[in-house]
Amino acid sequence: MSSGEKYLAAVYLVVLATVLVYVAIISAKLARLEREVTELAERARERRG
Amino acid sequence: MAVAAAVVLVTGVALALLWAPEDADQGPSQRIFYLHVPIALTAYACFGWGAWKALRLLWTGDQRYDLESYTAVHMGTIFGTLTLVTGSIWARTSWGVWWSWGERQLVLFLILFLFYAAYFMLRFSLPDGPGRARISAVYALFGVVLIPISFLAIRLAENFIHPVVFTRDGPQMSGDMFFTFCVSLAGMLLLAGTLYLNELAGKRLDLRLRDLRESLELG
Repeated sequence: MSSGEKYLAAVYLVVLATVLVYVAIISAKLARLEREVTELAERARERRG
Repeated sequence: MAVAAAVVLVTGVALALLWAPEDADQGPSQRIFYLHVPIALTAYACFGWGAWKALRLLWTGDQRYDLESYTAVHMGTIFGTLTLVTGSIWARTSWGVWWSWGERQLVLFLILFLFYAAYFMLRFSLPDGPGRARISAVYALFGVVLIPISFLAIRLAENFIHPVVFTRDGPQMSGDMFFTFCVSLAGMLLLAGTLYLNELAGKRLDLRLRDLRESLELG
């Protein structure tokens, strides 16, 4: 692999890694929101008695 | 939109790596162009979109534009970071340096990026409410002035090594290269649009849940 090809691969890997990290962050946020919705639903049920 | 983004982006990458002709001067590293330039243009588009939403907020007073402007600036900062990183790698292989302070295009993009990075410091240093929304909107609008300056800097520069691809005579590349570039740009814009909508939906849901929590605690 030539030097130019190594830098080319590095650029594409950096972009791919960034997108994957971003998707992972979004997934974690979604999981947190789901937990909060469940918790709030339970609290609402408790209040209703 | 997510499916369209994935399809167009993968097509763009495939065209860039397998189909587009190799540049005679730069060799394989020129293919970084198909990622770096669309990312940079997408960053400009996100900052521009954020400024447009900021203008709508100031014009109408509708607070929903605050979150939309903030999310667009957030996306612009991510794409701006990628522009700096991919550009730096390309500079290393083409010019032999990671960064050149003599290049107005690079320095102005860095200033634009740092300006919008400071947006978050300003925003989170202010108490939540209409005042913060207005000040953030004014700041986001000021930043948009830097976009045309940054974009045109390369054409105003006298001594530059940063290449000029789009001139008044049209794109200085073959039809195959231009087509690949357009597909990559479309893919990147669709990706930004998808991420923007997801981020915005998440932030809106977060706010609604906070309101709901407060209502339950008060009620």
